[in-house]
Amino acid sequence: MSRPVRIRTGLAALSLAALALTGCSVSAPSGGSASSTAGSSPAAGAASGSGSSAPAQDKGTVTILTHDSFALPDDLIARFEQESGYTLVTTAPGDAGAVVNQVLLSKDAPVADGVYGVEDHSAHRLVGQEAVAPFTPADLPASAQDLVVGDAMTPVDRGQVCFNTDPAWFEENGVAEPTDLDQLREPQYAELTAVTSPVTSSPGLALLAATTAEYGEDGWQGWWRDLLEGGAKVDASWSDAYAVDFSGGEGKGEFPIVLSYSSSPAFAPETAVLEDSCTPQVEYAGVLAGAENPEGAQAFVEFMLTEDVQAAIPDTMYMYPVDDAVALPAEWEQNAPLVEDPITPDPAAFDARREELLKEWTALAEEVQGS
Amino acid sequence: MPSPATTTPARPPRRRPAGAGAGAGWAAAGVVPVAFLLVFFAWPVAAMLWRGVAGVDAAGDPTGALDLNAFAEVLGRERTWRILGQTLGMAAAGTVASVALGLPAAFVLHRRAFPGRKLLRAVVLVPFVLPTVVVGVAFRALLAPGGPFGWTGLDQTTAAVVLAMVFFNVSVVVRQVGALWSALDSRQAEAARTLGASPARAFRTVTLPQLAPALAGAAALVFLFCASAFGIVQTLGRPGYGTLESEIWVQTAVYLDLRTAAVFSTLQLAVVLAAVALSGVTAARARRALRLGTAPLRPLTRADALPAAATALTGALVLAPLAALVIRSFRSPEGWGLRNYALLATSPGTGFAGGVTPLEALEQSARTALDATVLTLAVSVPLALLLTRPFRSGAARTAQRALDGALLLPLGVSAVTVGFGFVVSLRVQVPELAASGALVPIAQAVVAVPLAVRALVPVLAAVDPRLREAARTLGAGPARVLATVDGPFLLRGVGLAAGFAFAVSLGEFGATSFLAAADRPTLPVLIARLLGRPGADNYGMALAAATVLAVLSAGVMLACERLRPREAGSGGI
Repeated sequence: MSRPVRIRTGLAALSLAALALTGCSVSAPSGGSASSTAGSSPAAGAASGSGSSAPAQDKGTVTILTHDSFALPDDLIARFEQESGYTLVTTAPGDAGAVVNQVLLSKDAPVADGVYGVEDHSAHRLVGQEAVAPFTPADLPASAQDLVVGDAMTPVDRGQVCFNTDPAWFEENGVAEPTDLDQLREPQYAELTAVTSPVTSSPGLALLAATTAEYGEDGWQGWWRDLLEGGAKVDASWSDAYAVDFSGGEGKGEFPIVLSYSSSPAFAPETAVLEDSCTPQVEYAGVLAGAENPEGAQAFVEFMLTEDVQAAIPDTMYMYPVDDAVALPAEWEQNAPLVEDPITPDPAAFDARREELLKEWTALAEEVQGS
Repeated sequence: MPSPATTTPARPPRRRPAGAGAGAGWAAAGVVPVAFLLVFFAWPVAAMLWRGVAGVDAAGDPTGALDLNAFAEVLGRERTWRILGQTLGMAAAGTVASVALGLPAAFVLHRRAFPGRKLLRAVVLVPFVLPTVVVGVAFRALLAPGGPFGWTGLDQTTAAVVLAMVFFNVSVVVRQVGALWSALDSRQAEAARTLGASPARAFRTVTLPQLAPALAGAAALVFLFCASAFGIVQTLGRPGYGTLESEIWVQTAVYLDLRTAAVFSTLQLAVVLAAVALSGVTAARARRALRLGTAPLRPLTRADALPAAATALTGALVLAPLAALVIRSFRSPEGWGLRNYALLATSPGTGFAGGVTPLEALEQSARTALDATVLTLAVSVPLALLLTRPFRSGAARTAQRALDGALLLPLGVSAVTVGFGFVVSLRVQVPELAASGALVPIAQAVVAVPLAVRALVPVLAAVDPRLREAARTLGAGPARVLATVDGPFLLRGVGLAAGFAFAVSLGEFGATSFLAAADRPTLPVLIARLLGRPGADNYGMALAAATVLAVLSAGVMLACERLRPREAGSGGI
């Protein structure tokens, strides 16, 4: 009978657990310890919060709601805390869409001071609903000037959604590579194409916006219908499309054309961008209306535009710095420059009709796929 | 997780009533756990539903009146009923298939001895605690055109979604039914055989009715899991095959149309309540006195070919995606090797720049899971004790049954509703709590409590009531009876419940992804993020991290198996 021993082991584990809970714990924000111990030892985090890495003049915490791709080198965050005097706390409820919804849901009693990662069309929504407070950093880079939304949303980084191709596949199969967006609706190319759903993924939404701009109010449905009836695959997320279905991706799938980003070839140099299909995406930061610590949020927005953060953005968040004076990493410069003259929808107009368009797209997709 | 129904029938008909004082004591014991579930589950859900039905005036300010226009509008759409039909159809198919495959597997894994039995039992449980993002990728890697099973043409079909539902949930049937089966006295079936019944007839007329309560309980759980499946429907399905859950997600997360979402949430709640009620009625009808004991394990023989084949099929269904995942995790741009695993400790550089490393996330996961486990036990133990008290008053027994049913709700209600509910209720009212990060283990505990209670109840129900009576006759007070009679059983059950809570929390994705801080993600959340990043290294790291998570879950499950009381019926009823 070894049972009593096991029970004792269980009890030991239990009391350890109880200790962990009372020492509480896991979840305590790791204060100013972002430098090296992020997420490691909570005890160390608590200690260092008031110890070594605490700024000279402690001005409390600033809470930023971000999308879940937010990441910056620890030393940059430490420097922000050191120089501004604020302790940075971030919450990431999900993708950019989830961030916008949280801001709107808690508009009357904001749970954060600032927000980062809002896409261009949603930026207009937040401004329209007065969920963000007016603020524009003083030293805005020249390339960012025209992108500011309503004097409240500051552009931080940008990118382009583009179809990517696998040139090796086209060479092997003796098919000419497509060169423009309109070709993809031809059955020959439609069946080679994997897209993501505009409802569930942000590149899909950008493509929907691009097609409304390119084909007009009454034309975009035709493009999509041809594409879907031609046998294009609709995936739920970027990783499903790129990592499973794309022949140039990790899964070595069956589709040599995939909806992805202009930056993707930086990580897969043998793939190419279908330049004619590119459409811009801009990510914004802003100060929430009614924030408890608006100064802290302002400091954060300014911090995101500093040269070091801008330079770190490609490697940490896979976007291009909004400040075009900041150099891109070599692989980006070589394989994944931003495309000139992309399809540029009007974000405000698209946002106003977003739900309607998505519902129309859903009905169209359900009709085609269901038949 | 045998259901309470499996062993409650063994209670003898006559017992001494619990005194009024003890009754008040029990009511007090129930206050904290029930309050926990009210605050951290009922409140968020109600807050979300209220936003959907609260009337607003032209300026958008609440009027305090009900506005049910959305119901009329949404219920009037043909599409709503199609989605309801698809949900019920897929969940029913998933449930039937899980039971059909799980029943023979329960027999083989719990009544037959063969090498590797314990390992297989643990492996079958792994999918249950794996995050759906990982499973989605593993499944699609198998089924996508060009994959090893691409020829089946199953990619993005309803069949693929149902297969994934079975993959996730077959273990529920194996465990619940197996626990009862292993304690079932086989002499009745043997007697039937002696009297000339064929094995099939003996099974149908004797064994199957005996298993009915466990089957009903397991089927209800599986149905709830299938009906609220989200990730696999999103990843493996395609437009046009939405379910209530995915529609709630779209209405809430994409359109922020809380009125429409509230209608779909209400429909989902109705489906959940109906499933719980149906299972309760079936279990009650099937309730009968059972002879429970410890049935000896027999070696697997040729006569078991049919169930063995079904078990092999189940094993293959579970193992194939897991194997695909593990094998793929060893492949990197540099060829086969451990590169992806070596990357798990890296943050800047190679493929993964900035932020938390998978190893740090794993540590965060383990810490969170530890907190969630303690919370789960603190809530589940009093609840399980309450549910197994042989109360005499009808009102108390009705309350017991209601509590038992209500406990299933967290498993069936949309994680999206709960997640957004946290935002509009707790985050607003208690911002300090939200900022402290404590909501993550709490949300995980809400999901784990129903399962932990279901692991504890059968063990406690196996306590021979005569032991308690004897103790009382000898002059022991209620507290002493609890400590000396129930205590040892409880300790044994707690191991299993704790293991379950830990594993479930380790794999929890839905609620956690809503609430986790950006700089302190848990491993499943980080895996989902890695999958969303470009580069072969990020993908490789995601697969390696998922493998680590799977192995860890299997390890916890294996340890549970060892900690587990001999069997539910070992009390010798």
